[in-house]
Amino acid sequence: MVPRPFKVKEIIRESHDTVTLDLQPEKPEKEPGFAPGQFNMLYTFGVGEVPISISGSSSGADSYLHTIRDVGKVTHALASLKRGQKVGLRGPFGNAWPIEQAKSRDVVIMAGGIGLAPLRPALYALLSQRDQYGNISLLYGSRTREDLLFHHEFETWKGKYGVQVKVSVDTADRDWKGNVGVVTTLIHRVSFDPSNCIAMICGPEIMMRFSAMELVQAGLEEDKIYMTMERNMKCAVGFCGHCQFGPAFICKDGPVFSYDRIKPFISTREI
Amino acid sequence: MKTLESVLIKHPFFENLEDSYLNLMTGCAKNIKFDAGQFIYRQDEEANQFYIIRQGKVALEICPPGKTPVTVQTVNEGEILGWAWLVPPYRWRFDARATELTRAIALDGKCLRKKCEEDKNLGYELLKRLLPVIGRTMEATRLQLVDVYGKRD
Repeated sequence: MVPRPFKVKEIIRESHDTVTLDLQPEKPEKEPGFAPGQFNMLYTFGVGEVPISISGSSSGADSYLHTIRDVGKVTHALASLKRGQKVGLRGPFGNAWPIEQAKSRDVVIMAGGIGLAPLRPALYALLSQRDQYGNISLLYGSRTREDLLFHHEFETWKGKYGVQVKVSVDTADRDWKGNVGVVTTLIHRVSFDPSNCIAMICGPEIMMRFSAMELVQAGLEEDKIYMTMERNMKCAVGFCGHCQFGPAFICKDGPVFSYDRIKPFISTREI
Repeated sequence: MKTLESVLIKHPFFENLEDSYLNLMTGCAKNIKFDAGQFIYRQDEEANQFYIIRQGKVALEICPPGKTPVTVQTVNEGEILGWAWLVPPYRWRFDARATELTRAIALDGKCLRKKCEEDKNLGYELLKRLLPVIGRTMEATRLQLVDVYGKRD
C-alpha cells in the first residue's frame, strides 16, 4: 500500500498530448513483474495518485512503461515530468487479458484512442508466441491521425508477424490515405473465425459497448469478448469501494471483464 | 472473367433476392473504374446511380468554403456507396472521391426508381436492403458526433 519511489528513466512523446514514461525503481531490486492488462497507481508528490495501465517494459521485469494522456491535474503533472524526476508507484494491480485462453484461436484486438496502451502488452505477449495463435487483428480507432499511438510499430506488427492492422480516424484531411469512420466499421474488413475467436477491447466506454455489440452481431459469443473498465480507483486493492461496478470492484475483480459478466451494468447510466 | 450477375449474387446486399429481381438489377448494372483522385459524384449533382465497391477506397468529403476538404467517411471494398438516388430530391449531399484506383459496379438508380414505382414488392425489397446501410451510417455518425476520444470537461 505504500508507494515505492521510481524515477523517470526516459520520456517518449507519443503525440501532442500523450507521453510514455519509462519508470525504474530508485533502489534496484527485483520487481514483481506484470501481466498484460494490469495497472499501477502512480503518485505525483503533492498532486495526487491515479491508476495508469502498464503499456510495456523497456527491460524485462525491472521497469514499467506507462503511456499517459494529459487530461487532468494528476495526468498533467505526470506528463510534465522530466527525466530523473521521481514518482511514487504502487502495484501492479488487477487481473490480465486472457492470453492463455486465446491460444489456438483467432484474436481480435480493438482499441480506441489511449486504449491501445493497455492492449500493447497483450499484443506483445501474443506475438512472442505467434505460432500459438490464429489470425491476429488489430482494429484501432482514433480522433485524428495526429492522435494515433505507437504508429511506428504498425509496420512491424503487419510485416513481421502478419497482424491484420486496420486503423480508422474520425475525421481527416486529404493527406490521410487510411480509413475514416468509427472503429466498429473495421470489424468486417479483417478475417477471423467468430466461432473460435477471442476479442479484447479497450477504449472509451461508449466505443467498447458498440464494439462488443458489433462483435456479437459478427458471431462472437459474449463470454469470448473482454474489455477493460475504468472507474474512480483509490485504494486499488478492493477496500475503499470507490470503483464499485455493479457487484464487482474494478481494481480487485478487474479491470478486465468478459462482456457477458458486465453487460447488465455497462449500459446502465447510473452505474 | 466474372459476369456481373455472378458478382451481384454473391454480394450480401442481393442475398436471397428473387431471380427475376436479380436479373432486373443485373440489367441495370455496369462495371466502372475510377482513377485515384477522380470524383465519383459531387455535392448537389443529381443522384442517379449507386455503387458497389469491388476494389479500392472512396472518401466522402465535405468542403467548408475557403477551406480544405474534410473526409467524414471512407467506403471500402464490398460496401455500398450512395443512397440519395432513392430519396427525393435525388441529389448528392457530399462529394465522393476515389482515393486510390477504384473498381465498382454502378447501378442505374433512375431506372430502378421507375421500376420500384411500378413494382412495390421490388421497392420494398430494395428499401429493406438499403435501410441497414443508412442505419449503420447514421449510427456511425452519432458515434463520431459524441467525439468519444475527445477530452472530457
